[in-house]
Amino acid sequence: MTAPVNAELGQVSELFMLLASIAYVVALVFFVLDLVKSSPTIGSLEARLAGEQAASARALAGVGSRGAGSTPVAARTSSVADSMDYGSGPRRRTARIAVSLTVLAAVIHGAAVITRGVAAHRVPWGNMYEFCTTGAFLVAAIFLITLTRKDLRFVGSFVVGLVVIMLCAATVGFPTPVARLIPALQSYWLIVHVSIAVASSALFTITFSMSVLQLLQTSREAKLSAGKADPARFLRLVPSALSLENLSYRLNAIAFVGWTFTLMAGAIWAEQAWGRYWGWDTKEVWTFVIWTVYAGYLHARATRGWTGTRAAWLSIVGYLCIVFNFTIVNIYFSGLHSYSGV
Amino acid sequence: MTIHGSHARTDAKGKGTVKQDAPQDTRERAGAQGATSDVVLPSLGFFGTLRWAWTQLTSMRTALFLLLLLAVAAVPGSLFPQRPANPAVVTRYLQDNPDTGPVLDWFQLFDVYSSVWFSAIYLLLFISLIGCVVPRAIAHFKAVRFKPPRTPKRLSRLPVYGTLEVPAHAAREAGLTPASAAEEAAAVLRKRGYRVDVRDAGTDRPSVGAERGLAKELGNLVFHTSLIGVLVSVAVGGLFGYNGQKVVVEGESFVNTLIGYDTFNPGSNFSDDQLEPYSLRLDSFDVRFDREQESHYGQPLDFTANVTTQDGPGEDETQQVLKVNAPLTIGGTNVYLVGNGYAPVVTVRDGEGNIAQQGPVVSVPSDGLYTSLMVIKAPDAKPDQLGFVGFFLPTAFVDEQGVSFSRDPDPFNPQLNLNSYYGDLGLDDGTPENVYVLDTENLTELNSRNSDDGGIVLGVGQTFDLPEGKGSITFDGLKRYVALDIHHDPGEAGALVFSTLALLGLSASLFIGRRRLWVRTGEHPDGRLMVEYGLLARGEDNRLPAEGQAVEKLLADRWLVPSGTAGENGQQEVGASTAAGAGQSHHNSKDNS
Ligand code: HEM
Repeated sequence: MTAPVNAELGQVSELFMLLASIAYVVALVFFVLDLVKSSPTIGSLEARLAGEQAASARALAGVGSRGAGSTPVAARTSSVADSMDYGSGPRRRTARIAVSLTVLAAVIHGAAVITRGVAAHRVPWGNMYEFCTTGAFLVAAIFLITLTRKDLRFVGSFVVGLVVIMLCAATVGFPTPVARLIPALQSYWLIVHVSIAVASSALFTITFSMSVLQLLQTSREAKLSAGKADPARFLRLVPSALSLENLSYRLNAIAFVGWTFTLMAGAIWAEQAWGRYWGWDTKEVWTFVIWTVYAGYLHARATRGWTGTRAAWLSIVGYLCIVFNFTIVNIYFSGLHSYSGV
Repeated sequence: MTIHGSHARTDAKGKGTVKQDAPQDTRERAGAQGATSDVVLPSLGFFGTLRWAWTQLTSMRTALFLLLLLAVAAVPGSLFPQRPANPAVVTRYLQDNPDTGPVLDWFQLFDVYSSVWFSAIYLLLFISLIGCVVPRAIAHFKAVRFKPPRTPKRLSRLPVYGTLEVPAHAAREAGLTPASAAEEAAAVLRKRGYRVDVRDAGTDRPSVGAERGLAKELGNLVFHTSLIGVLVSVAVGGLFGYNGQKVVVEGESFVNTLIGYDTFNPGSNFSDDQLEPYSLRLDSFDVRFDREQESHYGQPLDFTANVTTQDGPGEDETQQVLKVNAPLTIGGTNVYLVGNGYAPVVTVRDGEGNIAQQGPVVSVPSDGLYTSLMVIKAPDAKPDQLGFVGFFLPTAFVDEQGVSFSRDPDPFNPQLNLNSYYGDLGLDDGTPENVYVLDTENLTELNSRNSDDGGIVLGVGQTFDLPEGKGSITFDGLKRYVALDIHHDPGEAGALVFSTLALLGLSASLFIGRRRLWVRTGEHPDGRLMVEYGLLARGEDNRLPAEGQAVEKLLADRWLVPSGTAGENGQQEVGASTAAGAGQSHHNSKDNS
């Protein structure tokens, strides 16, 4: 740990970060455009889809199978098939541009994160600026990786919007030039503990977006099946509330295991650094609260009367706790973790 | 072929249906209890009421409620100072808020995590947990011993279903009969990790029942049980552990005996013969600050304490290195480096010219530049006791306003800035005194920064004669000190083991798919061998259709039938597939919601 910090490379990293932010903003514009623009296109596709669905429902009835997921109402409610596989909906050029731009932005962003790490001769997550920028990169990366398997473009504007907010928070709120780590942070547990924490938070970010959409979709579905006018046409691009719930459950499950590990690794590190593995330090309290809320969420999914909307609310509350933990607790609460460089 | 993409799901609404197929599903029962218990009215007598209360307590709904309550209850501990961590801050809070403070204290808001209400919540939760886990463990034990569930009458109603046909001539050549085909299917499934059971072998419609992923429920049980283990380990640590703090100046030693500690917190079952009398001497303490970077100039880079340890009186001496994040393990304890600072060496002479106080005095750093608070007490001074309060500055610098401050954490220009007092230090009545605070109430000021002749300003080697012939003070030199935390926690290993088990169990529970699969064989009158199979998942399982396809491919390869790779594009429907012709197979999957 004796090599000096490379300040020029640090500036290169900051430049990359800026370029990535610009690319994200443009991608965000396209994602929003996609939502706005696709509505009329989809309106024209609606009739055809409804027809097809009705036909397939008849075909199913013919072979005597029960419970064929989508009803004709579903045809009006979503154009991204509930499986969220590609090719099931209409082609969306704007969305494609948005995804390409996000890929470009993420590549630059990745370069920014890596150069930052090289410049500092260590992992790039040692202060608030770095948690934010590396975290935002993981959010984008996880989003893009999930995109290769599922058509999640409908959450694009949410996710990329959050990435932009995180990058703004980093550069405006906690600008920090590259530096070496203070002794309290010089531990390989920093690598393990913080990286998994940031990755889990990134996953929670995505499921948060999906839970919000799920709530919107639920109320829209209720209105539609009551025969009312479509309250939010853009939600046609979004799968049904049930599919959203199921996918976000799977992602939340992964993120919860990650968070459990974060908590444990944090305890092990605390044991090494401060001599006790758990001391109800403010940061520990909030990590615990978040863990418990998401454990509640997983329980809710297995409890009658608590699936669906209530589970979605728990997932949202859990995420709000994460945001609170990261912002308010880091900045205003004193505790042993007050070395985040603010 | 797949309908609506390859995605099967069993959501909670769907579980009702699953339940009919699988009545011994204990997890369902746990859920159902919550639902039905609303309806039960407790006109049941004493034991009936107890039973009812127990059912309530161990229901999923109660567990969920208690979990969320626990989350909420943990929050106040981050809003109010807590006694175990910061007793001094709590005392100050109570002084500053004489009205609200005692009320908050009555509600135990300064001891949240040992409060009656917090303990009640987690104890109830854990009782509920035990009440939940035990019956499920028994049910699981039975499920493992019993055979896979009976084959449903109509496999085609399962969420994933498919058929295979072996042409008549091929079946004849291979000597394949419905019974042998069922045996072979069972072998294939066993190899794939299923528990299998061949039934109705003698009939013309033999079938195989298969099940895998029992580890899912096992993982869930291990997870919940391990949580109990973690709690017990924490309790063991609280009962039999101890910890304490000690400040050690360079050249001085710490001995692990009760009087060796500055502060000591025993566990409730502590006895002092638990302390092993090892000793630890601080030979030197090295500090390195960042000197390269403008923006972080003076930020600490490394703290290293070189210590000599001895396992007990008369034992061999060992030289060791103690660093932040790298504790020393000795005599059943872990020793941590949690702080450091400067200890200026001073000599105080009293009015009679005798040495009243000599040696290093620990100063408390108040910022990153080690601007440190100093309190020196000389209770032995005669005729009056002497006291000093002020600052130690490692690199003193005076700004335009004449205010002294430290410019650097390293001692480039060490300086003492003190005010002096004489009178009664209040140490004689035996009440414990904070060594870092000087109570000036009963003291008379001799001089200070605000007095006409200014306060005491001393560089190393300088002496200041106090006014009125009260004595003198000399700044002899500078040493560093370290603040050590010494911990003994016998529950630590248990907590680590159980939380690791919990993590493994959790992963198994969440990521293993629990699946049941049935295969039924039969012979068509024209000699074709007909094979149908169906799969059912327990809980969420989006990979169920893929599993169906994989099994189908294994069977097809074995009997050299072209495998039905259809069903991956999600375009075709069951109704459209033609079962005519030899060697065809088809596969369906559908939502069972
Ligand atoms: C300390 C308190 C508890 C915590 C932290 C906790 C946590 C969890 C978590 C994280 C899961 C999801 C992972 C998995 O399926 O293994 C889960 C599942 C489950 N828990 Fe708990 N739990 C607690 C107490 C309880 C209690 C008291 C009950 C019984 C009423 C219970 C019954 C269940 C059941 C039945 C499941 C399986 C749900 C499913 O089918 O997906 N848990 N628990």
